Amino acid sequence: MSAPLTSLDRPNSYIGRSVPRPNAKRLLAGRGRYVSDLRLPRMLHAAFLRSPHAHAKIVSINIDEARALEGVHLVATGADLAKICTPWTGTLDHFKGMTSAPQLPLPLDRVVWAGQAVVAVVAESRAIAEDALELIEVDYEDLPVVVDIDSAREAGGPLVNPGTANNTCFRSQLDNGTVDDAFAHAAHVVEEEFTFGRHTAVTLEPRAIVAEYDPSAGMLTVHHGTQTPYQFQDLYSRHYGIPEARVRVIATDIGGSFGMKLHVYHEDMAVVGLSILLGRPVKYLADRMESFVSDIHARDHRVRARMALDAKGEILAMDVVDLTAIGAFSTYPRTSVVEGNQVIRLIGAPYRFRNYRATLEVIFQNKVQTSQYRAVGHPIACAVTERLVDMAASKVGLDPFVIRAQNVIADDAYPQTSPTGYRFEALSHQACLKRLHEIMDYGSLRAEQADLRKRGVYRGIGIAAFVEITNPSPAFYGVGGARISSQDGAIVSLTPSGEVRCLISVTEQGQGTEAIISQIVADQLGLAQERVKVITGDTEVTPHGGATWACRGAGIGGETALQATRALKRNILEIAALILQEQPSALDIVDGEVVDAATRKQRLPIFEIARIAYFRSDTLPPGTQAQLTVSHHFAPQGYPFAFTNGIQGCSLEVDVETGLIKLLKHFIVEDCGRVINPMLVDEQLRGGIVQGLGAALFEECRYSETGQLMNGSLADYLVPMPMEMPDIVIAHVETPTADTELGAKGVGEAGTAAASASVLNAVNDALAPFDATISSIPITPAKVLKALKRF
Amino acid sequence: MVTNLASRLMSRGISRKRAVKARAFSYFRAATIDQALDAHARAGDDARFIAGGQSLVPALSLRLQAPRLLIDITHIDEMRGVRREGDTLRIGALTRHCEMLSEPLIAEFAPLLHAAAPFVAHPAIRNRGTFGGSVALADPASEFPAMTLALGAEIEIAGPAGHRRVKADDFFIDLCETALQPGELITAIYVPLFKADQRFAFDELARRRGDYALVGCGMIATCTGERIDDIRISFFSVGNTPTRVKGVEATLIGARLDAERIAAAQGALESDLAPPESDEVPPAMRLHLARVLLGRLLGHLGEGA
Repeated sequence: MSAPLTSLDRPNSYIGRSVPRPNAKRLLAGRGRYVSDLRLPRMLHAAFLRSPHAHAKIVSINIDEARALEGVHLVATGADLAKICTPWTGTLDHFKGMTSAPQLPLPLDRVVWAGQAVVAVVAESRAIAEDALELIEVDYEDLPVVVDIDSAREAGGPLVNPGTANNTCFRSQLDNGTVDDAFAHAAHVVEEEFTFGRHTAVTLEPRAIVAEYDPSAGMLTVHHGTQTPYQFQDLYSRHYGIPEARVRVIATDIGGSFGMKLHVYHEDMAVVGLSILLGRPVKYLADRMESFVSDIHARDHRVRARMALDAKGEILAMDVVDLTAIGAFSTYPRTSVVEGNQVIRLIGAPYRFRNYRATLEVIFQNKVQTSQYRAVGHPIACAVTERLVDMAASKVGLDPFVIRAQNVIADDAYPQTSPTGYRFEALSHQACLKRLHEIMDYGSLRAEQADLRKRGVYRGIGIAAFVEITNPSPAFYGVGGARISSQDGAIVSLTPSGEVRCLISVTEQGQGTEAIISQIVADQLGLAQERVKVITGDTEVTPHGGATWACRGAGIGGETALQATRALKRNILEIAALILQEQPSALDIVDGEVVDAATRKQRLPIFEIARIAYFRSDTLPPGTQAQLTVSHHFAPQGYPFAFTNGIQGCSLEVDVETGLIKLLKHFIVEDCGRVINPMLVDEQLRGGIVQGLGAALFEECRYSETGQLMNGSLADYLVPMPMEMPDIVIAHVETPTADTELGAKGVGEAGTAAASASVLNAVNDALAPFDATISSIPITPAKVLKALKRF
Repeated sequence: MVTNLASRLMSRGISRKRAVKARAFSYFRAATIDQALDAHARAGDDARFIAGGQSLVPALSLRLQAPRLLIDITHIDEMRGVRREGDTLRIGALTRHCEMLSEPLIAEFAPLLHAAAPFVAHPAIRNRGTFGGSVALADPASEFPAMTLALGAEIEIAGPAGHRRVKADDFFIDLCETALQPGELITAIYVPLFKADQRFAFDELARRRGDYALVGCGMIATCTGERIDDIRISFFSVGNTPTRVKGVEATLIGARLDAERIAAAQGALESDLAPPESDEVPPAMRLHLARVLLGRLLGHLGEGA
């Protein structure tokens, strides 16, 4: 006989079902509409002259020859744009004592990183604009360069911002419990210093913007490859003094973002100004090499951490110092200290101990800014914690699974507060650990490892538990004064032919937002998914909201869609009840038909209700006004964040003669609460893991002593490629959040959060016979061979 | 193929040179070698030959090079095709990297090139990049220039002063500097036919498949039974030019490939190679990797690979 019926067996039950993304076919057919492709009538093209120096005074700029070149419409310097754009500062109030220098689209008198845009040229074509760049002469006077963390912290050393006391952007301290006492009485202490290489997002489509200012209407329209159109509507309005309702930001198809495209970039702000100065559309597309020196970087951290344990391997305390260098400015409007803040607050998160101390120091240097990139802070917190747990396991003599089982917060012990102050509603570390043990076939893997080791083959097995921050409330940015919404809005309409259109503030950047929203709407209304159209990413059309970042699309956007659709359904059933002379509560909607709730007998198709309401309202009882469009907003309440959890496992082989690492297989057990579309969830995990594996083995922005990026091309900056990626085995545990009806939490960053930590543990496991350890990522052949003392 | 050198220039010159669109240039498609040479002569030095364009086009886009004239040589029939000529294989300079993989004559008579071909970049690049172009650009990190050296190939050159042939041993002079004079063109490469008493081995160490190798090596040996009568070993990604290791070769000629002899060969490598400073791979590490690779390849050779 067939399996018992589940909730997925009723009609239109899309929540929990793997259905294809409606936009996948369009994108695969090459019919995506990216800002990069956009051509508007009378459109001009911008190109930027960039600073060759990491830190220098601008003595003079000669633009005469460039301005005279045929086809050039405008050559603009910092002073030209400063006349129309107000400066911005990347600080938030809830980061007490934080500082950062004011920023303008282009600098006035000083450049602070190599690659900073200095002069803008607008011309008939990009080629002409680049011809003109060659004719511009800038006279610089070198200033002392601040490159590495140590010299940045030296008293009396060079300053990124002359006139300030030091290069410190922000300091923060956490001190809970009795840390010193715990270390004094510990049976075991493990300690390590970790370094994490700067890396960057490398989206398939680089940053792209077309700004179009119409002076006759006083209207600015910006086609912008961004995750957060509402945030930019607000910023363009305020910094250029244009009323908000006359600023429209359109973010249609986006070729990847990963957090990188939600920050203010100097070139983007400049392009808006150039369009205002010219009264014509201006396009700018960062080329790949410009992206390397102007997109945000991330994860430049050095962490010293120690962990105290009792004789049985119970974690007693952790003590952490995180130094992070963020470039010359803190990014606007989300700042560059969120990453460090999340590092010190996520360390130790899966575990039960109560004594925790952490110091965070955020430092300026002459490099491009760092800021939020997929899994902000998570990989660092996870690597530090999980490597120390493995070191402790080996010291105490426990298996990595055993020490974790012994220390994770029990699944039945929630709600809980972490030693760093995060409040957890319900997590499932124990269930995830158990499941990972099964899917890895851990016993066999260990047996195989022992066997191969005898033959000189060095395999490693690593695991890493993690906690991920999703569904942020205003506690994230709003409380700090940022005009970044944590609520979302949806407008759901029944169309005259009985279909549903949903305008929603969460955005689509390739991950399937529109797919899951259409699933939720179809599911909740009782309609085939094909009859739901979801529209995103246009501030003049879609309601104001937070959009998509920090894994909030499904949890917050999804809940907004759910509640809006339920309201629309109530309205439809009210009209149906009038027509059918029934009580609304006696009716339901299934597959586009109003039915008797009890018998499921079909009564009336919803297109008929739409027809009557829109075209024959005269046949409805007097006083009836059918409301077939519903607008609804939802902001998370209850817990400030919906935390998720999971655990990853990695099996790899280290060639101890060459230092090359072969990834054999990767595993993840993840709990994102209610799964809306298993296929999309799994691909989010796979994509996230691949990005984490890139960080683990390949990706690093390397700088020279003079602050020049040494590997700013895809020939030298290594991203993970299919040949090096292992199969990824995925399993789920589902612990829905009770804060929403939908119960969904985020999943987009879980893969990235722990991939590098599990690789780090696996490499150290492989090297165990050699008395060689590694505490730095990316794990390059040079680091492996150095640890093995092979050269 | 973006040359390793070009990529280094791109990466480091990044904040100095900002462009994605080439400067304007003229274009001429040559039907014969003479037409191509003539066009070059008429343009003075301000011209470049273009075939696959896998190095030149990125360099143009980045404005690292900005010639006034591009001379397209891809329609010159005399530079095409692979055929036997006496005891050599004539490989036309326009032979594409993908053809090095698919051409049966290459697999049979130049198996070392056939073995190296899958390591040359990625399929999209192999579909366009040419064998002659790779040898002409002489990137020290490229597979094919080094393999012409291992094979003792001869390079046929056409120029204003007529045709000449240069031995691979005399062709590679310094970093991307070769025996080619301005206005000269590689038309074909002649490779001795692989024989029944020969063995070969090829491999490279790279962090990702298709990347420039940290170090790579190919070798071809002529044997009597287990005894090596002659051997040529060439490394790439170890210095300014593809590099033959004659000291190592000398330790192996007349010997059998046992563990002791392989260790001796590895020991001799240090005096044959002087890897340059690099921010990512220190010289000592590159030398270590070269030793490891040499040991592994000689092991394969000993097994009759």
